[in-house]
Amino acid sequence: MRSPASAFELLEPRSLREALRLLSDERPLVPMAGCTDLYVSLKFGTIGGSRFLNLWNLEELRRIGVRRDVLSIGALATFSQLIKSPVVQKRLPSLVAAAREIGAVQIQNRGTLGGNIVNASPAGDALPVLAVAEATLVLRSLKDTRRVPFTAFYTGYRQTVMRPDELLVAIEVPPVEGPQWFRKVGTRAAQAIAKVVMAAVRAPRPRIALGSVAPTVVRVPKTEAVLASGGSIEEAQAVLQTEIHPIDDLRSTAAYRRRVSVNLLASFWRQTSQQEPRA
Amino acid sequence: MRFNLNGKTVDVRAPPMTRLLDVLREECGLTGTKEGCGEGECGACTVLFNGQAVNSCLVPFGQIRGAEVVTIEGLRGRHPLQRAFVTEGGSQCGICTPGMIMAAAALPKHATLDEVRSGLAGNICRCTGYSAIYRAIEKAGTAGRRRPATAGTKRKRQ
Repeated sequence: MRSPASAFELLEPRSLREALRLLSDERPLVPMAGCTDLYVSLKFGTIGGSRFLNLWNLEELRRIGVRRDVLSIGALATFSQLIKSPVVQKRLPSLVAAAREIGAVQIQNRGTLGGNIVNASPAGDALPVLAVAEATLVLRSLKDTRRVPFTAFYTGYRQTVMRPDELLVAIEVPPVEGPQWFRKVGTRAAQAIAKVVMAAVRAPRPRIALGSVAPTVVRVPKTEAVLASGGSIEEAQAVLQTEIHPIDDLRSTAAYRRRVSVNLLASFWRQTSQQEPRA
Repeated sequence: MRFNLNGKTVDVRAPPMTRLLDVLREECGLTGTKEGCGEGECGACTVLFNGQAVNSCLVPFGQIRGAEVVTIEGLRGRHPLQRAFVTEGGSQCGICTPGMIMAAAALPKHATLDEVRSGLAGNICRCTGYSAIYRAIEKAGTAGRRRPATAGTKRKRQ
């Protein structure tokens, strides 16, 4: 770490309520869970704070269950928990597929779904899945609880609608109709951060989202509309090109990302063509 | 702060944001756990945290209060995995070896080669090329023995 550990303060709430109170009264605090991103930032000295709020032990934020036909995933559920959860396997297999490709076992045992969301990286592997599953994020503060559609959560590169006094407490996912599809393209299966990541649902109106091709994870509604109205895959690929804005960076190039994105769209369409979507 | 280290309750003082890796090496004197990349990519610092493999370079000391931690020293040099790494040549320079063995110790019983490969995908070796490592794990045949012989009471998994 760039700074000595003794330079940092750690607050340790014993309940969600206490965590929210600390967040409201002791600002600014950096909430931390599995630390798989945070401790990398600490090592490189790119973290903007010296006081931290430990959420890891708040078991109440780790529950996974179904209520009124909505899958509710506690924000602290780890990727290992998602992989093993029978209810996630049944209702949202594309999230299990994404969780399996995040880091490796050591990261999956610590990284949380909530952390992946609030870290707000455009490359977050689980994010396209939540975008096509039409998930809702439950944000709580001492004052109130807000439910924000996942697709309205990000406002720009690493920017979200979350207030500093709020915590993401749960992710709610309605039943997903139709076959789910997920594919991450990276340097290798484990550890690599995505060059392009795509999730899709073959519903009567297909839903498609991509990561690592714009400042935030993106749904591509114009591309979806072409496919929904019976357009050809070539037409859809041409429209997709206008809906993504990839850049050159240390992991890949814009040109490669464009090519892979249109190829993934074709793979999705071909591989789900035999699976009859439920009307 | 108290936690269970290799089967014994210990009381260690360190700032809560100190990396577990540094607490183990510098406060507890257990230098078997190695630092490779320091950013969760290489797995050299793998230890078991409540029975699960984690990168100790990414764990704040403050998060292990009351938890059970097992390091390579907790296997006491007598674990079948340790013997198999020796007899099968699963180790060359040795830096990755403690992490490899701890990741292997967290595998399910009778893991298939695919499970071994994905269970060790977060551990990087730049010497042996992995074949000898996988062979050692297969030979040990006891993947899944998660704790040392003297480990404490069973804890709820995190």
